[in-house]
Amino acid sequence: MQPFTTLSGVAAPLDRVNVDTDQIIPKQFLKRIERTGFGPFCFFDWRYKDDGSLNPDFELNQPEYQAASILVAGRNFGCGSSREHAPWALEDMGIRAVLAPSFADIFFNNCFKNGMLPVVLPESVIEELLARAKERPGYALTIDLENQVVSDQEGVIAAFDVDPFRKECLIRGLDDIGLTMQHEPEITRFETSRNVNLPTTPVLA
Amino acid sequence: MTTPKTLFEKIWETHLVREASGEPALLYIDLHLVHEVTSPQAFEGLRLTGRKVRRPDLTVATMDHNVPTWARNLPVTDEISKQQLDALASNCKEFGVPLYDLDSDKQGIVHVIGPELGLTQPGMTIVCGDSHTSTHGAFGALAFGIGTSEVEHVLATQTLQQARPKTMEVRIDGHLPAGVTAKDIILGVIGRIGTAGGTGYVIEYTGQAIRDLSMEGRMTVCNMSIEAGARAGMIAPDQKTFDYVAGRPHAPSGKDFERAVAEWRHLPTDDGATYDRLEVFNGPDLTPFVTWGTNPGMVVPISGRVPDPSSAHDEGERRATERALEYMGLTPGTLIEDIPIDRVFLGSCTNGRIEDLRDAAAVIKGRKVNPRVYAMVVPGSMPVKVQAEAEGLHEIFIAAGFDWRTAGCSMCLGMNPDILKPGERCASTSNRNFEGRQGKGGRTHLVSPQMAAAAAIAGHFVDIRTWEPTA
Ligand code: SF4
Repeated sequence: MQPFTTLSGVAAPLDRVNVDTDQIIPKQFLKRIERTGFGPFCFFDWRYKDDGSLNPDFELNQPEYQAASILVAGRNFGCGSSREHAPWALEDMGIRAVLAPSFADIFFNNCFKNGMLPVVLPESVIEELLARAKERPGYALTIDLENQVVSDQEGVIAAFDVDPFRKECLIRGLDDIGLTMQHEPEITRFETSRNVNLPTTPVLA
Repeated sequence: MTTPKTLFEKIWETHLVREASGEPALLYIDLHLVHEVTSPQAFEGLRLTGRKVRRPDLTVATMDHNVPTWARNLPVTDEISKQQLDALASNCKEFGVPLYDLDSDKQGIVHVIGPELGLTQPGMTIVCGDSHTSTHGAFGALAFGIGTSEVEHVLATQTLQQARPKTMEVRIDGHLPAGVTAKDIILGVIGRIGTAGGTGYVIEYTGQAIRDLSMEGRMTVCNMSIEAGARAGMIAPDQKTFDYVAGRPHAPSGKDFERAVAEWRHLPTDDGATYDRLEVFNGPDLTPFVTWGTNPGMVVPISGRVPDPSSAHDEGERRATERALEYMGLTPGTLIEDIPIDRVFLGSCTNGRIEDLRDAAAVIKGRKVNPRVYAMVVPGSMPVKVQAEAEGLHEIFIAAGFDWRTAGCSMCLGMNPDILKPGERCASTSNRNFEGRQGKGGRTHLVSPQMAAAAAIAGHFVDIRTWEPTA
């Protein structure tokens, strides 16, 4: 996994609440069996008009946000379906951090598994960031994970919390499965004392 | 005296493989359900790292999201869907995972077949790369949806790294009035606590109205916990639970079953145990609900009206309301009963079980679907279809003008050919009314099976409490 230490980049404002994963990546693109290549389909129904051309009214289609690597959004970002295609699509579009007042649980988890950082900031801070990103073309932020602060050219804007374990995994780009496999003896020990009455799955005649 | 514990705590604590400070807990997974959409990248990950599936005997796969619901002897015509179904079949073969494919008479939506096969049992930990895994909590199991990276993690290790969630008791006191269903309970809960109200929590549903529910109804309630932001919903097991599990293919039998039941009886939350949060509802006050907007929290009683954005609590909500109304093509103040509909979808892991079909059939028996409406029934699984046909329900639906299909997710998310056209308005028994969920530009209103059935006949929403049964 790509480590995440410090990220500096243009911040794109997505001033909407309850952005669900069906919007981030609609179902017709979930049929792909790869992890990559979802970027062009991200926010598909908002991003494109029926004839396939770019919808000029969609905020992220503005030229100044094309190079954005940070997304600023409203509360409960990533709600709905568990599809990990959502962070894959955002990442493929170039986004490596999402800032919002709150996130849905599964999306929040999925981000960390893909080297992406979801940052929870107070509603008032998000409102200010949305305003700045809309008003100042090319408005850029720096997210320093080590020190847990978000800043812009003028200085520090806010500190944020992050689970220490997840922080460590992101900074070092650690693979969860590899970490768990170090505890293999404990898993085996658990299995030997497991209730034998529990079901197994082989297809029955 | 041991400390009193909640149902959640009992399951959590008995599944801890490892707990160390500064790390998430490592939880053992008793059952891992797999479907074609969220698994290909996980199997690919295993291949790339040379890892195996640790416990294929605790893993089971089915095909549901992509499958056409036309006759099973016809081929899957969508090339990319077919590719994904084929990928699941070859992955299962390569890694030794049992699979219920399109030729199986047990195939169906993953959350319908788990319980049907008797794989879902009280006290278990169950995961699936699917947010509606919360359904299985109806049996007093701890069940939740995970992402594809976590699917890979469970395949490789049979464990999951998990931070301990908080607990919330949602208590529904008293009995439900006639015409008010499990679906209305959960829509009412989401309407009050909001689509993020349960974030970070595991919900345990308690109270008389929950005890009164059948297992099907309990599954409907737990299923939509995720729509309130909670990854898991659970209900204490009782005699109804044991009776449902008894005799199913994977259930223990004889002395083993008795032993299992004796253990399951210890699962319910102890007197004096506490939750982090409590929400109480009065069952007799609940009504049939209809969603008007583009998330399941945008819901009003059937007697209500389309809301006015100016009555929103804050600016964000006001704009979300305006956007939703525009997408839904609705005018503030319109009576819900005056909204005409074009389509009806009866099915999904929320309401595609036999009891749901019985309830809907009872509403439409001897009547005809309104000429403006195209209505379809998609049983949640092939066994549900077979059972319904044995009871003659299909004849009632077909005589009324419903299309009678084979099992799958179908128009719940429209990954198969069943979708809404832009602007079409659908009364749906599924769980998500997000923009475009049932087809780009499609407008979804979530309701109970009875309400969907009545709307099919009337051509608009009607209050099921005033529905006259046909003689
Ligand atoms: S029926 Fe709908 S919600 Fe349920 S598993 Fe299928 S797509 Fe998901």
